[in-house]
Amino acid sequence: MPTPGNGRRVAIVAGVRTPFARAGTQLRSFSAIELGKLAVAELIQRTNLDTKEVQALVFGTVVPDVQAPNIAREVSLLPLLPKGVQAVTVSRACASANQAITDVADQILLGHLDVAIAGGAESLSNVPVLHSRGFSDALLAASRARSFGQRAKALSRIRPRDFVPITPAIAEPSTGESMGESAEKMAKINAIGREEQDQLALRSHRLAAAGTADGRLTAEIVPVFVPPAYEEVATSDNGIRDNTSLEQLAALKPVFDRKYGTVTAGNASPLTDGGAAVLLMSEARAKALGYEPLGYIRSYAYAALDPGEQLLMAPVLAAPVALQRAGLTLPDMDLVEMHEAFAAQVLSNLKGLESREWAERAGFSKPVGEVDRARLNVMGGSIAIGHPFGATGARITTTLLNELRRRDQQFGLMTVCAAGGMGFAMVVERT
Amino acid sequence: MSAALSVAVRDGVAIVTLDLPGQSVNTLGRTVREEFARLFDRLERDSTVRAAVLASAKPDVFIAGADIEELSGIRLPSEAEQLSRGGQELLAQLEALRVPVVAAIHGACLGGGLEAVLACHHRVASDHPRTVFALPEVQLGLIPGAGGTQRLPRIIGLRNALDMILTGRTVRGRRALGMGLVDELVHPAILLEVAERRARELGAGTRPRSRGRRRKDAASLALDENPLGRMVVLRQARERTEARTRGQYPAPLAALDAITTGYSEGEERGYASEAHHFGDLVVSEVSRELVFLFFATQALKKDPGVAEPAPDPLPVNKLAVIGAGFMGSGIAAVAAQQDTLVRLKDTDLLRVGRGLKAARDVFEERLRKRRITRGRFDDLVTMVGGTTEYSGFGNVDLAIEAVFEDVALKHTVLRETEAVLPSDAIYASNTSTIPIATIAEVSRRPEQVLGMHFFSPVPKMPLLEVIATARTSPTAVTTAVAYGKRLGKTVIVVNDGPGFYTTRTLAAYMNEAGHLLDEGASIEALDAALVEFGFPVGPVTLLDEVGIDVAGKVAVVLGDAFGARMAPSRSLARVVAAGRTGRKGRLGFYKYDAKGKKGNVDPSIYDLLPSGAQRTELPAEDMRRRLVLAMVNEAVHCLETGILRSARDGDVGAVFGIGFPPFRGGPFRWVDSVGAAQVVERMDELNGRFPPRFQPAPMLVEMARAGRRFYPERGRAP
Repeated sequence: MPTPGNGRRVAIVAGVRTPFARAGTQLRSFSAIELGKLAVAELIQRTNLDTKEVQALVFGTVVPDVQAPNIAREVSLLPLLPKGVQAVTVSRACASANQAITDVADQILLGHLDVAIAGGAESLSNVPVLHSRGFSDALLAASRARSFGQRAKALSRIRPRDFVPITPAIAEPSTGESMGESAEKMAKINAIGREEQDQLALRSHRLAAAGTADGRLTAEIVPVFVPPAYEEVATSDNGIRDNTSLEQLAALKPVFDRKYGTVTAGNASPLTDGGAAVLLMSEARAKALGYEPLGYIRSYAYAALDPGEQLLMAPVLAAPVALQRAGLTLPDMDLVEMHEAFAAQVLSNLKGLESREWAERAGFSKPVGEVDRARLNVMGGSIAIGHPFGATGARITTTLLNELRRRDQQFGLMTVCAAGGMGFAMVVERT
Repeated sequence: MSAALSVAVRDGVAIVTLDLPGQSVNTLGRTVREEFARLFDRLERDSTVRAAVLASAKPDVFIAGADIEELSGIRLPSEAEQLSRGGQELLAQLEALRVPVVAAIHGACLGGGLEAVLACHHRVASDHPRTVFALPEVQLGLIPGAGGTQRLPRIIGLRNALDMILTGRTVRGRRALGMGLVDELVHPAILLEVAERRARELGAGTRPRSRGRRRKDAASLALDENPLGRMVVLRQARERTEARTRGQYPAPLAALDAITTGYSEGEERGYASEAHHFGDLVVSEVSRELVFLFFATQALKKDPGVAEPAPDPLPVNKLAVIGAGFMGSGIAAVAAQQDTLVRLKDTDLLRVGRGLKAARDVFEERLRKRRITRGRFDDLVTMVGGTTEYSGFGNVDLAIEAVFEDVALKHTVLRETEAVLPSDAIYASNTSTIPIATIAEVSRRPEQVLGMHFFSPVPKMPLLEVIATARTSPTAVTTAVAYGKRLGKTVIVVNDGPGFYTTRTLAAYMNEAGHLLDEGASIEALDAALVEFGFPVGPVTLLDEVGIDVAGKVAVVLGDAFGARMAPSRSLARVVAAGRTGRKGRLGFYKYDAKGKKGNVDPSIYDLLPSGAQRTELPAEDMRRRLVLAMVNEAVHCLETGILRSARDGDVGAVFGIGFPPFRGGPFRWVDSVGAAQVVERMDELNGRFPPRFQPAPMLVEMARAGRRFYPERGRAP
C-alpha cells in the first residue's frame, strides 16, 4: 500500500456540485469562477465547516479566464473563507479536478495540509473569443501611435477578414486533430460499432434519469436559482434525456466522418457548464472535527501516450498502476466510474483493460480484466450528465463515494481520460 | 485637568492635535472652545509660526460636533443665542488668523466640527470610508450655529449646501471632493504629510487660500452664482421643506431663513439670524424631544438588555432563517451585510428562490445607490445559501423563525429546528403577536428561546424588539441584543405577553380606528387627523400596509387577551371576511394599481362597513384624541405590568417601531408634556361615552393624583 510511512490518510469528507447544464442554457450567465463559488459556498454551508480550519483551495479549469488566470484564488476569496486561504489553479484537461484533488491529497500526506477544498469549474458558455492576429496587430500599433495620423494609419490596415474572431477549438495543438476525430479513429481501430455506442449512450441516459428521479444524483447538487428572475431553479442536470430511444440515437448523423463515421452528438458528452468541489482532510483532523468522511483515497496514478495515436486510451495505462499501488485487483472494486467523453472511448478503454497488449504497454504481464457492467457507471456518466471539463473529476469522485456509501461497499475505481493523450485512475475506500 | 489640544511646532508649522481626554470622540464643549481661543491668540502672536495644521488623534472621528449635554442644560433662548455668537466669533477669528490653517480630516467630521473646518484655509481629507461630512443639526431640531448656514453655501454652492443643511445628509469622500467641500483627498497614511506640505506652501505664500471649488457649469452659474437663480432655488426649497415638515419641525425653515437673510441682507445679518434662530430652537419643545430620543438611543446602544452584571453575548457567525418570506429574506439580507453566513430555509425551492431574490434586491439597491461595490455585491449574494431541508444547521449560532403566524406551524418549526441545531444555539421567533412562552412550550431548551420582533421592511426599519420569557436565560437575551445592534438596530428588551409592547399599543390605536369606521368616520378624514398629529401615515393606510388579514388576526388575539378594552371593531372583521388584504393584495381600504401604488379610497369599501356608504363628519380633534389616548393608555399598561422595563424603552419603541411622532418624544414624553391629570380627565370623558375602552390605566390615575411624571424634568437625559 502506498502510504508515506507516516500513517496519514486522506479523507474525502463531502462533495457538492452545481447542476451540470448544457452550454448556452440555464447556467450561461455564470462565469467559471461563479460556478466554482456556488459549489464551494454550498459545500461549506452543508458541511457546517468552520472555515478557519481551511488552509488551501486548489481548483481545476481548462478554458482559461483571460481576466483571472488563477480562478482558484478568485473562488477562495469567497467571503465565507478567510482571506488567508492560499489557492492555486491546475490544468490537466478533463482530469483537472482530479489533479486538484491529488495535489491536495499529496500535501495532506506530506503533512503540509490538514483541511483543504479541491474541485474545478468550467463555463463553456463563456469561452473567450479572440481577435484575429491582424486585428490585434493593428490595435497594438494604434495604441503606440503618437499622433492621430499614425493612429488612423494603423487602424486603416485592418482588413474585413481581420474582423473574423477566433474561437478556441477542442483540438490537439500538437496534431490538430479534434477530440471527436480522435474518438472516431479509436472506434475504427478498436472495432467499436455504431449500435454499441448508441447502446452505451442510452444506458447512460437511462441510469442518470433513474439516479435523478430517486434523488441519488441530485443529493450532490446545490440548487441554482437562475438570474435575473430567480423564478427558475436548476436542481438537476439538464442534458439527461429519460425519454431518448435507440431509434432516436440511431437517426443522428455522424459528425466527424460523415461517410464511415459512428460518433454522433448523441453518443458523445455535450459542451457543459458547471462547478464541483470536495472537502479533503487528513483522517486525524476529520475525526477530531467530528466528521464521518465519505471515504478515503487509497491510491492514484497518471499516465500518458502519444496524442497522435489513440488520444483517449491512457486510462488503460493508469488503471493497472493505481490498482497495483492500492494492492488490489479489479474484482475487489465494488463500483467503477469511468468518465464518458465518448461512448467510443469508454468501449475502447474497456477493451483495452481486457487486452494483454495494453497490459504489456503498461508494464504488466496480465490485463486488468473485464469490468463487470453491473458495477460500471451505475448512475450513468458524462454523456448524459454532462461534462464541464474542469469540474468532471470532482463530480465523479463525489458520485462514486456517495454511491459506495449508499450501497455500504468498500472499494471504488475511477478513470478519467484527458486531452494530450493523458489518463488518470484512482482507487478509493470507504473505511 | 489635561488639555484637549496639543501643539508641536515643526519648522514653522504648528501641528495642532485635538484629543479630548477620556472620551472616545472629540466634541466642541466649552473647555475645548476656550482652549481653541487661547491657541488662536498664540498663533496670532507667535512669529516663529508661519502656518498650522489641525488634526484629530481619535481613530475614526475628526470632530463629532457640539457637546449636546451642554446644549440640553440651557434654559433660555438668549443663553443659547449667546453660545452661537461665541462659536461664530471663535471661527471668525480662525478664518481671519494671520497664519493659514490646514484641516487634516480623517474620520467623521460633523456639525460644529464641519463648521470649524469650513473656517480653515485648506482642507485635506483621507479617502477612508469612515471619513464622512454632515451637518446633522436638523435631526436634533437645531440648525448649525457656528456660521455653517453662511459659510457652507459660499464654499460648495447653494444647492449642495441646502441639501446638507436641510436634511442632515452625510457626504462621503469622493462626493465631498467633487462639491468642493474638501480641496484634496489622499490616503490616510499620507494625510498629515500632505497637510503639512500645504500648510508650508500657504505660509510661504506659494499657494492661495482655498475658496472652495465651486463648479462653473451652466447650472451652477444660473442657480448658485447669481441672485435671481438663488431666489428661485430658495423659494423651491422652502416649498419642499414646508411640505415635508408639515409645520411640525421648525428647524429646516429656520435654517432656510438664516441662509436667505445672509444672501439678501448680507453675511452680518445672516450670522445674526443664524444665532437668533439657534437660540430659539435649542429651548424648543421639538428639539428637547429629539435630543431626548438621541440620548435614549445612545443609552440603548450601551444597554446589554439585562440587569448588570450582564453575561457576555455569544458570537453569531452563522444565522439560520426559517421562512423565506418578506421578513425572513429581509433579515437574511441585513445579516449578510454584517458578514454573517446565512442559511435560508423554506418548504419548497420556489419560496427559497424568491427569498434569495428578495435579499439580492436589497443588495442591488445598495449597489445602485453606490453604497457598495460590485465585488461586495457578489460577496453578499454568496453569503446567503438556501435549503429546503435543514442541511447546514449544524453550526448555526442563532436561528430566527419567520414563518406564518400560526402556533401549530411555529411549534412544528421549533421542534424540527431544535433537532438539528447545536445544543448551545439560540432560537428566536420573529412573531409580532404570539406569546413566546406559548411558542416555547414545545422546546427542549426553553431558556434558549426568545422573540426577535423585526419591523417591515427589515433593512429600513430601525427598531428591534427582543422578547424575553420568564425562562429565557440572560445570555440568550444579551446575545440577541448584541446581534440586533450589530445589524444596526436600536434594540429594546420587553417581557413576554400577547402583542408584547409595540404590537399591543399599535393594536389599541388601530382598533380605535376600526371603531370610528363602525361609527361612520370617513377614511380620508380619519387618516388626515392622525397625519396632522405627526404620524407618517394615517391608521387606515397603515392597515393596508400591514395587511388587513394580519391586523385582523392580531385584533382577535389581543381582543381575547385583554377583553372589553380591546374588543375588535366590526368594520375590520367584515373587511377581513371579504378577503381584502391591503396593498399586498392590491385591494384594501384604498385602491392600488398593479405595481402597488396607492390611489384614492375605494368607495366600494363602505358597502362592507356597518354604517354603509353614509359617512358622518366627526371632529378631527375627537378622532385624534381617541386614537392617541388608546395607544398611550395601552403603553402605560405595558409599563405598569412590567412588559416594559422603562418609559424610555416605551418611547423609543413607539417612535422607531410604530411611527409615533418623533417631535413628541414618545407616548410617555407626551403624557408628561400634556400632564397626567389632563390625560386622565380626557380619558374619563371618553370613557363616559365608550365604556370601558377608555378606562385609564391605574398607574396613570395614580400619577395624576400625585402630580408625578415619567421623567424627572424636561430636557434631562434619562
